[in-house]
Amino acid sequence: MSDHTAAPLPVPAPPAEGYSRREALVMGLFALAAAATTAGCSAADKLAYEEFVQKHFRDLTPEEMKDRLAGLEKKYSEQYGKSVKVSATPPIPGVLFGYALDLSRCIGCRRCVYGCVEENNQSRNPQTHWITVLEMDKEEGVNLQNADAFYDHETVPAPGKFYMPVACQHCENPPCTKVCPVEATWKEKDGIVVIDYDWCIGCRCCIAACPYGARHFNWGKPVIPKDELNPVTEYLGNRPRQRGVVEKCSFCIQRVRKGLYPKCVEVCPVGARKFGNLLDPESEIRYIIENKRVYILKEELNTQPKFFYYYGL
Amino acid sequence: MSFIRKTSNFVTGTARMAFLGGNKVYYAWLFLLVACIVQALFAYAHQYERGLISTNMRDSVSWGFYIGNFTFLVGVAAAAVLLVIPAYVYDWKPIKEVALFGEMLAVASIVMCLLFVLVDMGRPDRFWHILPGIGHMHMPSSIMAWDSIVLNVYLAINLIVASYLVYCAYHRIPYNKKIVVPLVIFSIPMAVSIHTVTAFLYNGMASRPYWNSAILAPRFIASAFCSGPALLLILFQILRKVSAFEIKDEAIHKVAELMAYAMGFNLFLFGAEIFREYYSNTHHLVHYEYLFSGLHGKASPIALYAWMSLAFAIISFLLFLIPRTRRMPLTMNIGCVLIYLSVYIEKGIALIIPGFTPDQLGQVYAYVPSMIELRVAAGVFGVGFLLFTLMVKVSVVILFERDDQPVHA
Repeated sequence: MSDHTAAPLPVPAPPAEGYSRREALVMGLFALAAAATTAGCSAADKLAYEEFVQKHFRDLTPEEMKDRLAGLEKKYSEQYGKSVKVSATPPIPGVLFGYALDLSRCIGCRRCVYGCVEENNQSRNPQTHWITVLEMDKEEGVNLQNADAFYDHETVPAPGKFYMPVACQHCENPPCTKVCPVEATWKEKDGIVVIDYDWCIGCRCCIAACPYGARHFNWGKPVIPKDELNPVTEYLGNRPRQRGVVEKCSFCIQRVRKGLYPKCVEVCPVGARKFGNLLDPESEIRYIIENKRVYILKEELNTQPKFFYYYGL
Repeated sequence: MSFIRKTSNFVTGTARMAFLGGNKVYYAWLFLLVACIVQALFAYAHQYERGLISTNMRDSVSWGFYIGNFTFLVGVAAAAVLLVIPAYVYDWKPIKEVALFGEMLAVASIVMCLLFVLVDMGRPDRFWHILPGIGHMHMPSSIMAWDSIVLNVYLAINLIVASYLVYCAYHRIPYNKKIVVPLVIFSIPMAVSIHTVTAFLYNGMASRPYWNSAILAPRFIASAFCSGPALLLILFQILRKVSAFEIKDEAIHKVAELMAYAMGFNLFLFGAEIFREYYSNTHHLVHYEYLFSGLHGKASPIALYAWMSLAFAIISFLLFLIPRTRRMPLTMNIGCVLIYLSVYIEKGIALIIPGFTPDQLGQVYAYVPSMIELRVAAGVFGVGFLLFTLMVKVSVVILFERDDQPVHA
């Protein structure tokens, strides 16, 4: 019994002598049909279809979520040639994350910027940075109109300058989530503002609405070298992104929900970065807010950031 | 004749009217528009393949030429129908035709608006995410979601009314006033709302002080009342020359007079904005400085256009204000072109770009559209103008050029 459709058959290579036109035509059609059947059944195509009809993250049933995570793990593992884990860790009850950054200690070395790039699988080409470090004059204080995000000195800190790293402020009253026409971004119970990369339509309303320049768009195809991919990923965090969607800092959701510090806190060489639970009165972050001089960026906009700048010295 | 027979007859009949029996100029115009569309398809294929990186938009200036054009065309769509009000008030003779052409212009403009949004999207394949029911529309908080509703409802109303009127005229049957009049009346507040909601899209963002001004929506309406009628005035004169379409000179002069008031009001609102910014001289002034000169000693690439827009607005205002130049066809048409250009620059360039420059962290990225953006935009205009041309051609044939006169209700 001959069955032409059961399996993708290898198409024989044409002999050096060549075929008649009719033979070539038949063979070409056969090759096309074979290719079409292969494509129709391939796992990649199935995943692409599933991604197209993908539901909103918060509409997924636990069963669908399991399938989805498994599908993504398989896809990324094949794509990057190593075992990639994708989780959807829920928020920890009784936790509201907060961040503090000591402006008097930061030296502008940008180790946080590149630590973040590696941890959170940002594109290397074109480059995406979730943290922007601004250089400003000590004499003038915080004045964004004279800030330089592209300073390039041999050594830092430059004389007379101070540095202000800016990333997502994880506002309690986030203007970005409000404007999203499809609710692809929202604030989680632990205060982290997240994005569902599979639901984002790339309209960039949120980028226009964010007062902190914290949101970044994948203008081109994001590229991460295989050996540099961080394989421990979170669905709403550092899993590899696609072209045409928005991304931003997630407070290292893949770390903090497991009790680890964000990467930028870990790599900061001068201890300028502090992180903790705002609901815990004994936490370091609470101590800082209650005892230090705190500066809130664009406080007048009533975004209520959970990111507090302070002067520790 | 059954409804299906009637409809298929209508479709084939109007298709024949659209493509047959034009003169050389008409076919050359169609060819030009099709050429615009074809080259844009190649440009868009390139953009689709490589992503929006083939535009010059970046994180700093994350909306550009596409969204500027979108905003401008929302204004054209709104004003086209608002012209129905003076047509009723002053009892112009061809009121039905004025309303019909206005509606057709609205349809073509909204189609262009939707296309501009589509080509601006990072993931156009996911447009269905915004559809109510199957998607996840973020109501009531997202203004973009509201905008997609009002734009589509407005498109539907105008499409229904325009095609119903043409359908009735084609079959020489009187149209049902009980259907048409309420829809036309409903389309008037809808026209105001599409432009207001679009203004609110920018207006509601506290992150962008350049847009965060309460008079943005009134400015949108005022400037739309200039650009939409400018286009229609030119169309009416062309139609009067090449077809049996009749419109009294007084009606044309009246529209020009209304445009003078609208432009005067627009300039007044603009002046109020300028006063507030320059007199109070806060940090927010940087956006106006970028618009009219430049920042940090570097000239802004849009300053020339900003001044041109202002100059055109003032000149056309004077041309339309002075009765003699308003009535003289040459000066009036120059005024129309200047008004159109002025508002086009104001919405297309001077609204979006300075809103993003400098960006939220004070960084200056001097955006100018890329070749791909210009080519795609030309194609979108091609689609809109083609649609409008075909609709006008069909209705001119039906209303004025058939052997017998159409049945008036």
